Amino acid sequence: MTKNDLVNAVAAHGLSKRQSSSVVESVFDIIFRCFERGEDVKIVGFGHFRIRKKASRRGRNPQTGESIEITARRVLTFKPSKGLKQRINTATS
Amino acid sequence: MTKADLIDEVSKIANMTKKETETIVNTIFDNITDALSKGDKVELRGFGSFRIRHRNSRKGRNPKTGSSVDVPQKRVPFFKVGKRLRELVNA
Repeated sequence: MTKNDLVNAVAAHGLSKRQSSSVVESVFDIIFRCFERGEDVKIVGFGHFRIRKKASRRGRNPQTGESIEITARRVLTFKPSKGLKQRINTATS
Repeated sequence: MTKADLIDEVSKIANMTKKETETIVNTIFDNITDALSKGDKVELRGFGSFRIRHRNSRKGRNPKTGSSVDVPQKRVPFFKVGKRLRELVNA
Protein backbone atom coordinates (compact mmCIF):
# COMPACT_ATOMS: atom_id res chain seq x y z
CA MET A 1 0.00 0.00 0.00
CA THR A 2 1.26 3.46 -0.88
CA LYS A 3 0.09 7.01 -0.45
CA ASN A 4 -1.80 6.68 -3.73
CA ASP A 5 -4.00 3.92 -2.25
CA LEU A 6 -4.79 6.18 0.67
CA VAL A 7 -5.75 8.95 -1.75
CA ASN A 8 -8.14 6.54 -3.50
CA ALA A 9 -9.67 5.49 -0.19
CA VAL A 10 -10.26 9.14 0.69
CA ALA A 11 -11.69 9.84 -2.76
CA ALA A 12 -14.29 7.14 -2.11
CA HIS A 13 -15.88 9.61 0.31
CA GLY A 14 -16.93 11.85 -2.57
CA LEU A 15 -13.87 14.04 -2.94
CA SER A 16 -12.15 14.58 -6.25
CA LYS A 17 -8.84 12.83 -6.79
CA ARG A 18 -7.05 16.16 -6.64
CA GLN A 19 -8.75 17.21 -3.40
CA SER A 20 -8.10 13.83 -1.80
CA SER A 21 -4.48 14.01 -2.73
CA SER A 22 -4.08 17.45 -1.18
CA VAL A 23 -5.86 16.40 2.02
CA VAL A 24 -3.66 13.32 2.42
CA GLU A 25 -0.59 15.47 1.79
CA SER A 26 -1.67 17.99 4.42
CA VAL A 27 -2.22 15.28 7.00
CA PHE A 28 1.36 14.06 6.67
CA ASP A 29 2.71 17.61 6.29
CA ILE A 30 1.15 18.62 9.58
CA ILE A 31 2.50 15.56 11.34
CA PHE A 32 5.91 16.30 9.82
CA ARG A 33 5.90 19.86 11.08
CA CYS A 34 4.96 18.61 14.51
CA PHE A 35 8.03 16.37 14.60
CA GLU A 36 10.09 19.29 13.34
CA ARG A 37 9.07 21.22 16.45
CA GLY A 38 10.04 18.20 18.53
CA GLU A 39 6.47 17.44 19.49
CA ASP A 40 4.96 13.97 19.94
CA VAL A 41 1.95 12.87 17.94
CA LYS A 42 -0.75 10.75 19.48
CA ILE A 43 -3.47 9.21 17.34
CA VAL A 44 -6.13 7.54 19.45
CA GLY A 45 -6.78 3.97 18.32
CA PHE A 46 -3.65 3.91 16.19
CA GLY A 47 -0.55 4.74 18.12
CA HIS A 48 1.82 7.22 19.61
CA PHE A 49 4.83 8.67 17.81
CA ARG A 50 7.42 9.82 20.29
CA ILE A 51 10.70 11.61 19.96
CA ARG A 52 13.27 10.12 22.29
CA LYS A 53 16.64 11.48 23.20
CA LYS A 54 19.48 9.01 23.13
CA ALA A 55 22.63 9.74 25.05
CA SER A 56 25.95 9.24 23.33
CA ARG A 57 27.51 5.85 23.90
CA ARG A 58 30.44 3.78 22.80
CA GLY A 59 29.78 1.42 20.00
CA ARG A 60 31.88 -0.92 17.95
CA ASN A 61 32.25 -1.19 14.24
CA PRO A 62 31.15 -4.79 13.77
CA GLN A 63 33.37 -5.18 10.72
CA THR A 64 36.66 -3.92 12.10
CA GLY A 65 35.96 -4.26 15.82
CA GLU A 66 37.22 -0.76 16.48
CA SER A 67 35.52 1.25 19.17
CA ILE A 68 33.71 4.37 18.02
CA GLU A 69 31.60 7.01 19.65
CA ILE A 70 27.90 6.99 18.78
CA THR A 71 26.85 10.61 19.20
CA ALA A 72 23.81 11.72 21.17
CA ARG A 73 20.78 11.89 18.92
CA ARG A 74 17.05 12.13 18.75
CA VAL A 75 15.09 9.27 17.30
CA LEU A 76 11.45 8.76 16.51
CA THR A 77 9.68 5.73 17.91
CA PHE A 78 6.21 4.38 17.25
CA LYS A 79 4.24 2.72 19.98
CA PRO A 80 1.16 1.00 18.57
CA SER A 81 -2.03 1.46 20.55
CA LYS A 82 -3.89 -1.44 22.10
CA GLY A 83 -6.62 -1.13 19.48
CA LEU A 84 -4.18 -1.42 16.59
CA LYS A 85 -2.44 -4.44 18.12
CA GLN A 86 -5.77 -6.14 18.65
CA ARG A 87 -7.00 -5.47 15.13
CA ILE A 88 -3.82 -6.87 13.68
CA ASN A 89 -4.12 -10.08 15.65
CA THR A 90 -7.79 -10.72 15.03
CA ALA A 91 -7.28 -10.68 11.26
CA THR A 92 -8.27 -13.84 9.46
CA SER A 93 -5.55 -14.27 6.91
CA MET B 1 -0.42 16.78 19.07
CA THR B 2 -3.49 14.60 19.26
CA LYS B 3 -5.83 13.44 16.54
CA ALA B 4 -8.23 16.27 17.43
CA ASP B 5 -5.48 18.87 16.87
CA LEU B 6 -4.60 17.21 13.58
CA ILE B 7 -8.22 17.31 12.41
CA ASP B 8 -8.41 20.95 13.45
CA GLU B 9 -5.40 21.95 11.36
CA VAL B 10 -6.34 19.87 8.34
CA SER B 11 -9.87 21.30 8.29
CA LYS B 12 -8.45 24.84 8.14
CA ILE B 13 -6.04 24.06 5.32
CA ALA B 14 -8.49 21.96 3.31
CA ASN B 15 -11.40 24.31 3.94
CA MET B 16 -13.63 21.48 5.11
CA THR B 17 -15.79 21.12 8.20
CA LYS B 18 -14.31 19.37 11.19
CA LYS B 19 -16.81 16.57 10.77
CA GLU B 20 -15.81 15.95 7.16
CA THR B 21 -12.16 16.17 8.06
CA GLU B 22 -12.59 13.71 10.89
CA THR B 23 -14.06 11.17 8.47
CA ILE B 24 -11.12 11.63 6.14
CA VAL B 25 -8.47 11.38 8.86
CA ASN B 26 -10.15 8.28 10.27
CA THR B 27 -10.26 6.79 6.77
CA ILE B 28 -6.51 7.24 6.44
CA PHE B 29 -5.61 5.51 9.70
CA ASP B 30 -8.29 2.84 9.26
CA ASN B 31 -6.91 2.00 5.85
CA ILE B 32 -3.39 1.70 7.17
CA THR B 33 -4.67 -0.61 9.90
CA ASP B 34 -6.65 -2.71 7.42
CA ALA B 35 -3.68 -3.10 5.13
CA LEU B 36 -1.52 -4.20 8.05
CA SER B 37 -4.07 -6.69 9.30
CA LYS B 38 -4.06 -8.26 5.84
CA GLY B 39 -0.31 -8.55 6.16
CA ASP B 40 0.33 -5.76 3.69
CA LYS B 41 3.14 -3.28 4.02
CA VAL B 42 2.31 0.42 3.97
CA GLU B 43 4.95 2.64 2.45
CA LEU B 44 4.73 6.40 2.77
CA ARG B 45 7.61 8.06 0.95
CA GLY B 46 9.75 10.27 3.12
CA PHE B 47 7.68 9.44 6.16
CA GLY B 48 8.28 5.79 6.79
CA SER B 49 6.77 2.38 6.39
CA PHE B 50 4.51 0.24 8.50
CA ARG B 51 4.76 -3.50 8.44
CA ILE B 52 3.93 -6.54 10.50
CA ARG B 53 6.46 -8.47 12.50
CA HIS B 54 5.87 -11.95 13.83
CA ARG B 55 6.66 -12.90 17.38
CA ASN B 56 7.01 -16.59 18.15
CA SER B 57 5.33 -18.05 21.17
CA ARG B 58 7.56 -18.16 24.20
CA LYS B 59 7.60 -19.01 27.86
CA GLY B 60 7.16 -15.94 29.97
CA ARG B 61 6.97 -15.39 33.66
CA ASN B 62 4.40 -13.62 35.72
CA PRO B 63 6.63 -11.03 37.36
CA LYS B 64 4.45 -10.91 40.43
CA THR B 65 4.17 -14.59 41.24
CA GLY B 66 7.11 -15.96 39.30
CA SER B 67 4.94 -18.66 37.77
CA SER B 68 5.67 -19.66 34.19
CA VAL B 69 3.09 -18.71 31.57
CA ASP B 70 2.81 -19.35 27.84
CA VAL B 71 2.95 -16.25 25.70
CA PRO B 72 1.21 -17.14 22.43
CA GLN B 73 2.68 -16.19 19.07
CA LYS B 74 1.43 -12.89 17.76
CA ARG B 75 1.83 -10.23 15.14
CA VAL B 76 3.00 -6.78 16.08
CA PRO B 77 2.92 -3.60 14.01
CA PHE B 78 6.30 -2.08 13.30
CA PHE B 79 7.11 1.38 12.03
CA LYS B 80 10.36 2.08 10.27
CA VAL B 81 11.13 5.78 10.17
CA GLY B 82 11.87 7.13 6.69
CA LYS B 83 15.19 8.73 5.93
CA ARG B 84 13.84 12.24 5.51
CA LEU B 85 11.91 12.08 8.75
CA ARG B 86 14.80 10.53 10.64
CA GLU B 87 17.08 13.35 9.56
CA LEU B 88 14.47 15.98 10.36
CA VAL B 89 13.95 14.66 13.90
CA ASN B 90 17.66 14.61 14.60
CA ALA B 91 18.32 18.04 13.05
